[in-house]
Amino acid sequence: MTLSRTSKIVLAAVMALGLAVIYVPLLVVVVNSFNADRTFGWPPPGFTTEWWHRAIGNQGATDALITSLKAGLGATAIALVLGTMAAFAVDRFTFFGRQTISLLVILPIALPGIVTGIALNNAFQVLGINFGLFTVVVGHATFCIVVVYNNVLARLRRTAGNVVEASADLGAGMFQTFRYVTFPLLRSALLAGALLAFALSFDEVIVTTFTAGPATETLPIWILSNLFRPNQAPIVNAVAAALIVLSVIPVWLAQRLSSDTTGGRI
Amino acid sequence: MAGTVIEEREVVRPAPSPHRTSGFLHRHRWLQLSGLLSAPMLWLLVAYLGALAMMFITAFWTTDPFTNDVVRVWSLENFKQLVSDRAYLNVAVRSVVVASLVTLVCAMIAVPMAFFMARVVRPRWRGAFVVAVLTPLWASYLVKVYAWRVMLQTDGVLDSVLRPFGLSSPGFGLAAIVIVLTYLWLPYMILPVYAGFERLPDSYVDASSDLGARTVRTFRSVMLPMVFPSLVAGSIFTFSLSLGDYITAQIVGGKVQLIGNVVQTNIVLNLPFAAAVATIPVAVMVIYLAVVSRTGALDNL
Repeated sequence: MTLSRTSKIVLAAVMALGLAVIYVPLLVVVVNSFNADRTFGWPPPGFTTEWWHRAIGNQGATDALITSLKAGLGATAIALVLGTMAAFAVDRFTFFGRQTISLLVILPIALPGIVTGIALNNAFQVLGINFGLFTVVVGHATFCIVVVYNNVLARLRRTAGNVVEASADLGAGMFQTFRYVTFPLLRSALLAGALLAFALSFDEVIVTTFTAGPATETLPIWILSNLFRPNQAPIVNAVAAALIVLSVIPVWLAQRLSSDTTGGRI
Repeated sequence: MAGTVIEEREVVRPAPSPHRTSGFLHRHRWLQLSGLLSAPMLWLLVAYLGALAMMFITAFWTTDPFTNDVVRVWSLENFKQLVSDRAYLNVAVRSVVVASLVTLVCAMIAVPMAFFMARVVRPRWRGAFVVAVLTPLWASYLVKVYAWRVMLQTDGVLDSVLRPFGLSSPGFGLAAIVIVLTYLWLPYMILPVYAGFERLPDSYVDASSDLGARTVRTFRSVMLPMVFPSLVAGSIFTFSLSLGDYITAQIVGGKVQLIGNVVQTNIVLNLPFAAAVATIPVAVMVIYLAVVSRTGALDNL
């Protein structure tokens, strides 16, 4: 198909505009974290690093950061184990209902967050489980499984099954084969999946709202509860800017590590 | 020759002890499979789907108005209240309209961007564009909504940029909700549409122009119908995610409420009613998926 020069230029302009719209709001948050004006008047009248200092020294934000890290690590660990197991089952075996596994794994993230949130909240209440870090980890792990599963499955599909057979022919047992053959092949896919799962958990707010007790505050929950307090605004903004930078780094790393990391949260 | 090998093996054969477990598992593949599947299925099927099922059951229970305790007696009270009160109907309709608008706007923006990425840019630049579109998808959801609060606020970025043109920011309200939701879910639309355009065989496009169709005609009659299932696949995400959102309405919606807000305000005081309200987005999504599955878009997920 031959496109005229004009239509190419128009399309390029639309693309540039789209990318600008995607990035400008995030850049504004980062710039505003240095904005000397407390109410973020634009353009900024001057620049300061005061908000970053106060955000770092803020007890609530630091505690929330630690909670977020704990929740993220816990959820990632569970997701790694469960996602890898499910991926192996789907790749190496044929069984009844195999086609629906992918749908089941994606469901917690495809359904609106509030539905997953209220369902888990209700289940914990009915079962008499107290809300706390444990319930947050359970909630996060549920929707993190999909990223590990997708990364590992993509890698398994690309690696030939005959290396496993070769290893067995050479006398290795099943666990030896996993340790010396399969695991090294999977390593970068596992790492990429783990990074993405961590990033997903680190950002999550809706499911967290409904699975965290009043004493458990992750960083996004801290932001949400301080968002409408005018005197906290500059500190919230600095934390938000930090979160943009922190959540982009693992994704960037994951994309470098694994060419399988095709798309999004899917 | 073959005989000697067998004989040799008979003699040298090691004691089977080190690989006994492996050998046993190798002979019983169903044991391996159930070992691998048990934990993930226990978690997703029993815990997650179980929780969803329990939510639907709770929707048929009620709350004691004095103690706020859940009364486990079957009743249709919650659903009667939902249907009889016009306010809830309005919120439901508003949410569906917002989700449809967001999906439509996302599609209108995604098609030219995806077309450009897949068909105009040189192949070696494509990867860079995909990464550029994808990376912000992972930036914190909350921070993105927050970013737009700062953009839209009085004397914020939009006001200062638009003022020279005699315009102003739309402020907090329905328009802001649509803008922010579109912003949030746009990458979910761009990705499948991009993949759709990329999959499209060149020969179809060439054949169309050989038969005398001009660019616009080829795009409309050949490319769009083939990319349509991808558009629908993307719309599942944009529609579903918009339908359940309540934080965006909370932060940039002013006084406007969506279904999610009704669920959220009821969850502490009247959990069964919140569960009943939450069945609305699930029901709408089920209908949507049923309609959509006829287009074959579900195979693209």
